[in-house]
Amino acid sequence: MCGIAGYFALTPRALAPREVLGRMVEALRHRGPDDGGIYYDGRAALGHRRLSIIDLAGGRQPLATADGNLWVTFNGEIFNYVELRDELLARGAMFRTKSDTETILHAYEQYGPDCVRSFNGDFAYALWDRRNQRLVMARDRMGVRPLYYTLQHGVLVFASEVKSLFAYPGVRAALDPLGLDQCFTFWAPLAPRTAFKDVQELPPGHQLIAENGVLKVQPYWTLQYPPRSERRTLGEAQAAEEVQALLADATRIRMRADVPVGAYLSGGFDSSATTALAKEHNGALRTFSLEFEAPELDESTYQRTLVEALGTDHSALRCMRGDIAQSFPAVIRHTERPIVRSAPAALFLLSRQVRDHGFKVVLTGEGADEVFGGYDIFKEAKVRRFWARQPQSKWRPLLLRRLYPYLGGLQSQPAAYLEAFFRTGLDASDDPLFSHLPRFALTRRISQFYSRELRETINGYNPLAELRESLPREFNAWHPLSRAQYLETRCLLPGYILSSQGDRVAMAHAVEGRFPFLDHRVVELGAALPPALKLNGLREKYVLRRALGRELPRSIVERPKQPYRAPDSESFLHAAAPQYVETLLAPEAIARAGYFEPAAVRRLVAKCRKPHGAVSAGDNMAFMAVLSTQLLHSCYIQPLI
Amino acid sequence: MNDISLAVRRFIGENFLFRDDGDAITHEASLLDAGIIDSTGVLELVSFLETNFGIEVQDDEMLPENLDSIRAISSYVARKLEARKVELAA
Repeated sequence: MCGIAGYFALTPRALAPREVLGRMVEALRHRGPDDGGIYYDGRAALGHRRLSIIDLAGGRQPLATADGNLWVTFNGEIFNYVELRDELLARGAMFRTKSDTETILHAYEQYGPDCVRSFNGDFAYALWDRRNQRLVMARDRMGVRPLYYTLQHGVLVFASEVKSLFAYPGVRAALDPLGLDQCFTFWAPLAPRTAFKDVQELPPGHQLIAENGVLKVQPYWTLQYPPRSERRTLGEAQAAEEVQALLADATRIRMRADVPVGAYLSGGFDSSATTALAKEHNGALRTFSLEFEAPELDESTYQRTLVEALGTDHSALRCMRGDIAQSFPAVIRHTERPIVRSAPAALFLLSRQVRDHGFKVVLTGEGADEVFGGYDIFKEAKVRRFWARQPQSKWRPLLLRRLYPYLGGLQSQPAAYLEAFFRTGLDASDDPLFSHLPRFALTRRISQFYSRELRETINGYNPLAELRESLPREFNAWHPLSRAQYLETRCLLPGYILSSQGDRVAMAHAVEGRFPFLDHRVVELGAALPPALKLNGLREKYVLRRALGRELPRSIVERPKQPYRAPDSESFLHAAAPQYVETLLAPEAIARAGYFEPAAVRRLVAKCRKPHGAVSAGDNMAFMAVLSTQLLHSCYIQPLI
Repeated sequence: MNDISLAVRRFIGENFLFRDDGDAITHEASLLDAGIIDSTGVLELVSFLETNFGIEVQDDEMLPENLDSIRAISSYVARKLEARKVELAA
């Protein structure tokens, strides 16, 4: 796991000096503290910061073929490199190292840019094909590893993180109003859009090919579901067996490393399952978890049950209220986008603990909810769809009470109001975004805080309309659960779960996360499963529980889904909160940055500050959105603190 | 506009619209349909009515009919205050 950066002249011209590459790479030092390297030939410049995990001695980068015609700088892992290496050896490839990086070079020699289809892994790379004067960049299917780029006077400038691009002469940081509007709708910008103007993100499952002065971005993999009309006769037992076998293999290849691999343990089913599978490969597995002061957020009882049952060597980090506020400026410097929840900050602290314990790699349970239908939003959509068939029914909406058992505020609401909230879009059951309309509407309440200037710049832009237009042609033929899964996998997973709450906060401390549930074979199997094997009635991840449940304590298997959360506005509004909070939220600072209305923010802060009153989800999100945008502005545009 | 309506409008303006232009919402507009009061917001509203007007909102009164517009809220509060006056007089 590493950081990559570089630049490439689309047509021959004088390239920025190699010192520029040195500065870009240096901006990524946190991702790869172990080593660094540069390749520079006047047309292409490739840089690398290394976190040594596989082939500690021989895996230096950028790496070339023996003839020096192909060069690659690579971030991530090709987990099936062992099998690929055998295949390439059989075809006559001569390997000089034991690294997975070298498989990329030989696979490219064999298959050209299409070699990316043979990689099972989490990766972002740039490969310079000198003979054909072609630069190829690719990113893994689910979007685990990041890759950004911008064009600067005919030069393609790229890097693992946006901050590295700003080290290139002439690349200026400015927040993109439409990128912000997407953040305040979907929780993250949708690639290729980013929070920064003129900076693009290579979308998951895509590759970029630059040759003959032309730059092409195209998908090499897309998430597909079978048409609703297709009846797949897969029995429950057979499905469970397939899921179990594939997940065991996905975990096995993710244990490949020349350093010890640990695991995150949240106390929920997913991370328990990956930990149990990993334990089969490493008897002395080390696990890490977070504990919170607030009982409604703390899962330590379940974590202890698991540690005892699985016999892992465990460390827990107790996240105190002050810790989140203290670390938040650094978190936003790493996320490079506003965030509407504080949860990434706690994971930032956890990755620091992992590193302090000498670990560089952790397995986590991310992806299970998207792939096997675990999120409450899938149940919510199912109930709303059921209700939409008889909108006047008085008892159908009562099923909504069974959702979100962990949200006390929501549970205590009068029935008429609970019903009214979830009625959002009930008359739009043929809208492709039906499943997500209440969530999008709730998040978009942040827009009421926009300044007049921001509103005017956005000028009626509608991120929902843009999303609708970008859906695959066959989308409407899919089962409603598949549609909801697709939206969740596209909108929330890469930009928030895997980035703000994943790669960025882990790599801030040079820790690599690995996700067995996001092995593309598992994702494809999950997509092909009959919906009833995923969400059975209102029982989530049905087949997954059957596949892996017997390895785990009953209390964990039967536990309802509890999403990972951390305290939001209350982390920042207490007597001992750091000074920057007040400074950034002061009307002058809000006006100076220019994104929000100072008077509206003042009222919001006063409301969140009120003692004895639970802050609503909408207000908490707005608070986090304002504070994180102010921090982002202060970090990259103009210092405010 | 009476005192109740003014107080309710001001509360909604400050706590849900976060703006000075509480006037932007009409007397009859549905607060739910306009996305002004969300599912937890109604609990804040009820708490305000109880504290500010000294009334007790019963569970079975937490209905959009009573609470979904400034006019509905004002009438509801006025009815509750009237009923309390009658009780006290008795």
